[in-house]
Amino acid sequence: MNVSPPQWLDALTAGLVVAGALAALIGSFGLLRLGKFFQRVHAPTLGATVGIWSLTLAMVAQMSFVGGQPYVHAFLVAIFIALTAPVTTVLLMRAALFRARLRGEPDVPLTAGDPPGPDQSPPRAR
Amino acid sequence: MSPVLALALQLALGCLALSMLLCLGRLVLGPRAEDRVLAYDCLYINVVLLILCLGIVYRSSSYFEAALLIALFGFVSSSAMAKFLLRGEIIE
Repeated sequence: MNVSPPQWLDALTAGLVVAGALAALIGSFGLLRLGKFFQRVHAPTLGATVGIWSLTLAMVAQMSFVGGQPYVHAFLVAIFIALTAPVTTVLLMRAALFRARLRGEPDVPLTAGDPPGPDQSPPRAR
Repeated sequence: MSPVLALALQLALGCLALSMLLCLGRLVLGPRAEDRVLAYDCLYINVVLLILCLGIVYRSSSYFEAALLIALFGFVSSSAMAKFLLRGEIIE
């Protein structure tokens, strides 16, 4: 026999699910809306942090009640995304910075810490 | 499932579908290759969110494994594309 979860658990799950989905929507809207790549790269992290964690918490709460035992292995998704999303973002940022330097864009610093200026030598192509 | 939770799940599924459409817009519009890789990165995270949401809707524990697999493949392919943009080749 399947017992339906109590009211407060359903309300908690509903709040978490809506908050996570709205965070992902705002992140994707920012991805479409912002002007430059170095501004755009900030937007999807909203879905990768708030979205993933709140939906994982909602799934753990619901499935722990339905299954009758703690459903903690759904946290693996959140931990995996939390470990891998910064790695991808840093790799992509380095690639974009490298390509912007090769193109000779004026507002990109040539090395880390130096202010951008026209009198510095162009970067070495690897 | 209470009607509040059912309504919230429908709303969340709609929000996530709209968010995937916005990512698709950036994937089509993106002026350079790194914009398209970033849009792909956002797209797979939205797919993971959508599958977790479907797992709550159907109360099945096998959706968790699909979400984990998509997160794994998304990370591998997205970092491979970023490495390709950085170096021009993936395995040196």
